[in-house]
Amino acid sequence: MKKLFSIFLLMVLALVIAACSSDSSSDGEDNTSDSNDTEEPTESEETTEGSDEEASGGTVEIFSWWTGAGEEDGLLALIDLFEQKHPGIAIDNAAVSGGAGTNAKAVLATRMQGDDPPSTFQVHGGAELNEGWVAADKMEPLNDFYEEQGLMDKFPQDLIDMVSKDGNIYSVPVNIHRGNVIFYNMQVFEENNIEVPTTMDEFFAVADKLQEAGITPLALGDKESWTSTQIFENILLGVLGTDDYQALFDGDIPFDDERVVEAAELFKKTLSYVNEDHASRNWQDASQLVGEGEAAMTNMGDWAKGYFSNDLDLATNEDFGYFPYPDTVGDFMVITDTFGLPKGVENPESVKEFLSVLGSVEGQDAFNPLKGSIPARVDADPEKYDQYGKDTMDDFNNGKLAASLAHGSAAAEGFVTKMNQAVNIFVTQLDVDNFIDTLKNASGEL
Amino acid sequence: MRKKNISNLFKYFILIVMAIIFLTPVYVIIVTSLKPLDEVSLSQMWALPTSIDFSSYVHAVKELAPNFMNSVYLVIPATLLSAILGAMNGYVLSKWKFKGSEILFTVLLFGMFIPYQSILIPLIQFLRTIGLYNTIAGLILTHVVYGLPITTLMFRNFYANIPDSMIESAKIDGANFLGIFRRIIIPLSISGFVVVAIWQFTNIWNEFLFAVTITNSDSQPVMVALQNLSGSQIVQWNVQMAGALVAALPTLLVYMILGKYFVRGLLAGSVKG
Amino acid sequence: MEQKIEKSTRVEPSTPIKKRRKISKDQMVAVGFISPSIILILIFVYGFIGWTGWVSVSNWNTLVPDFSFAGLKNYIYLFNDYRFQADLRNTVFFTILFIGLVIIMGLGLSILIDQKLKGESIFRNIFLFPMALSFVVTGVVWQWLLNPSTGFNQFLSVFGIQPKWYTDTNIIGGFEWGSIEFGLPVAIIAVVIAAVWQMTGFSLAMYLAGLRGIPEELREAARMDGGSEFQIYRRIVLPMLMPITVSVVIIMAHISLKIFDLIYAMTGSGANFVTDVPGVYMFETTFRGNYYANGSAIAIIMLLLVAVFIVPYLITNRRGDK
Repeated sequence: MKKLFSIFLLMVLALVIAACSSDSSSDGEDNTSDSNDTEEPTESEETTEGSDEEASGGTVEIFSWWTGAGEEDGLLALIDLFEQKHPGIAIDNAAVSGGAGTNAKAVLATRMQGDDPPSTFQVHGGAELNEGWVAADKMEPLNDFYEEQGLMDKFPQDLIDMVSKDGNIYSVPVNIHRGNVIFYNMQVFEENNIEVPTTMDEFFAVADKLQEAGITPLALGDKESWTSTQIFENILLGVLGTDDYQALFDGDIPFDDERVVEAAELFKKTLSYVNEDHASRNWQDASQLVGEGEAAMTNMGDWAKGYFSNDLDLATNEDFGYFPYPDTVGDFMVITDTFGLPKGVENPESVKEFLSVLGSVEGQDAFNPLKGSIPARVDADPEKYDQYGKDTMDDFNNGKLAASLAHGSAAAEGFVTKMNQAVNIFVTQLDVDNFIDTLKNASGEL
Repeated sequence: MRKKNISNLFKYFILIVMAIIFLTPVYVIIVTSLKPLDEVSLSQMWALPTSIDFSSYVHAVKELAPNFMNSVYLVIPATLLSAILGAMNGYVLSKWKFKGSEILFTVLLFGMFIPYQSILIPLIQFLRTIGLYNTIAGLILTHVVYGLPITTLMFRNFYANIPDSMIESAKIDGANFLGIFRRIIIPLSISGFVVVAIWQFTNIWNEFLFAVTITNSDSQPVMVALQNLSGSQIVQWNVQMAGALVAALPTLLVYMILGKYFVRGLLAGSVKG
Repeated sequence: MEQKIEKSTRVEPSTPIKKRRKISKDQMVAVGFISPSIILILIFVYGFIGWTGWVSVSNWNTLVPDFSFAGLKNYIYLFNDYRFQADLRNTVFFTILFIGLVIIMGLGLSILIDQKLKGESIFRNIFLFPMALSFVVTGVVWQWLLNPSTGFNQFLSVFGIQPKWYTDTNIIGGFEWGSIEFGLPVAIIAVVIAAVWQMTGFSLAMYLAGLRGIPEELREAARMDGGSEFQIYRRIVLPMLMPITVSVVIIMAHISLKIFDLIYAMTGSGANFVTDVPGVYMFETTFRGNYYANGSAIAIIMLLLVAVFIVPYLITNRRGDK
């Protein structure tokens, strides 16, 4: 009994000690958080280096969801470059991973609503930026910055439009991914004597041929429904063309337009060619089917290229190939990561220094080859990129740009969420009328 | 004797079958964590790795190590505090009921059903006001508060088994509130403490939502680092699985250490005498 | 916190002395014992619930906070929403199956382990192990294990059964209800299996602690009276474990109503929302769609659902006291 009680006493003692030590450390942190909005939570001994520097430039906290293999390397390379150029400014890499950025978006929203913005944060160009943070009056315009840095003619005008609202520019694009790509197993195509399809009709003919040969024509992993939404947006782009595609999401074309209905019918037909267990797979699992030759093709944003070559160890243009989504050959579905300047940041000049490195040729060429994306600037050095990158840069500079819906660029997040829900129901029920109705109702959000 | 052997054999049989079922997912986790990247795929999930590759573990440990101690500083005080507070509440609410104590119990209990996603914004604003935002202490406070309902409930119901007559006779012997708590209740709560500690330790250790929103970068616990092993689009499952096993080691260690006290919990009889 | 308690103990001599001095003093201490917890809960739970309730009747459905009063608009929207109706259905069936199985498995295994067999601690640790893993990883492992083409089905094909697990969109015993089909979604069973695997360890630990708290003399006495093992368990052990069962039910209910990580990692919403739950919906609608008011309304509805569990428990509790 006595022994037990002494154990209990010991526990209490340990507790008090722990409480004291955590109190003292929190005191130290309180001071920094009071004086400095961009909170540097490290213990003082760890940041002795940083503390002298803080006097001159403070800390720039970079908030992103880049934590995975290539993307983190890219970000670190960018940070390295920045630190070489600006030794006086400390960088705090605040990355939150998971769910294609959903976790990060939740943390970001909570921090922004709690008036604790990071110095700069990753945001997709287009509606996610403009209808989100700009509309909420949380961003500083960067027009002067663009002029100063001479950036106005370094990005395609379409891209600058995607990060502008009412004539003001709000962020700096760092990279470009393409959403309307189909990756395919070259061996499967060869064995079945199949040519790359360029129209939806050709695509369906190819799909029929593959199905007869016992191969799943299109691999889909729609455990998260944005992958299906991505197929639908590509079909929409094919049917409508870039101008009307954007007009649809601007609310100028109604969702019961006959071309939208046609796209829904094509989507329905496409879904009859996918693997049966699509709901149990994510896009990586679906790509595996293509890698193994179980399926012939899959539609995915071109980060899948990195998965095919690095993770599945397949050779570009030998084991797997790529072509634009049928009927969207001259078009480029843009997914762009950008960084802006939130209002209420302690040291905006230091943040602008970071944005200037991020927007420079050097910065973009340090980041993108590692991330597996192409630079947003038109004057970057193609020699730093692999064959896929070179091809894509070519298409980007010459193609017509469209904003991806599935990745939050074409329409506000609220609409995207409802679109994903409608697509999720449609994939099972395949009820075109119901689908169009739901979309029409949701278009009130636009 | 013979009958007993047969029935024991039967019991072992059931336990072993269940254990095998329980371990199947663990097999998949371990096998995946030992594979090189290009062998990680759905169709090869059951297959043993062609060669054992520890590089996932090296990578995972490297990434998790900086955040490891944060978790330790978080989980130990938070577990102890919430267990002690829970024992105190449970003692009062089971053995010292007063007018309105049932209502207070309900008020406490209801708290655990609050979905945490919905209160993140006021929580952060509150922690900023009291100066604990972005600190381990703030995270400890949060976990202790939201752990209270469960620990209180568990202790209250463990104490419900202690006969009131024991308390009464102690009172007659002149023991007061604290004396009874110290000499009768605490010694009887060991297995209760074990369960509560297991629960709180595991939950706080594995908790992600509070961890990622209340703390930034350098003060983040290990679970955030574990999540960050995966990328925004591409997830390397071998590294992820290795990381999960590494991150689960402290919890397992706690189970094994505390497991002894399960056996020592058999004190109910001895106290009576 | 420790300080607060000390303070309240110190205050006690100055409190007015009633007729029976001793009891009153002890009761003051008792109240002092729980008051820190009550204060914390009032702020962190009820203060924040109040905030959530307020948001749920506001117009805050974009990134711009808008606290203007919207009446019950958000609630009406949800009850007419296909996805939310599906969520309510899924939660009902998930909760029933999950709690039932966790109790049966936990009780059964704890009784077996309590038989003083050799290797007790090994078994105990095996069954506890799943609890130690993060939900995100177990979600993925179960996603693989129950994948209809590569998982357990590779073994089950020997017996000629090929369940579609969580990709099955059928609803057992379905009938029209609102805009959805009400019934047991087959896919939810797969999710229940994963959740039970992860949580059985906890109910096992609870029951084991409970069993260890039952004095051996009680069982001995019953054995002397000629009771069979089965009767001893039914008449003596199980009734004594009732408070534990209540704890397990309530704790599992709160897990099941709030379940998020596991489903998010394992199946997501599922085709046609067969495995969607309010927790996932709330997270997506709040933080992806920026529908803050709708998300808060989901939270409030979930809290009201909880009352369904708590109220009957309290009524029986009161009755027990009398």
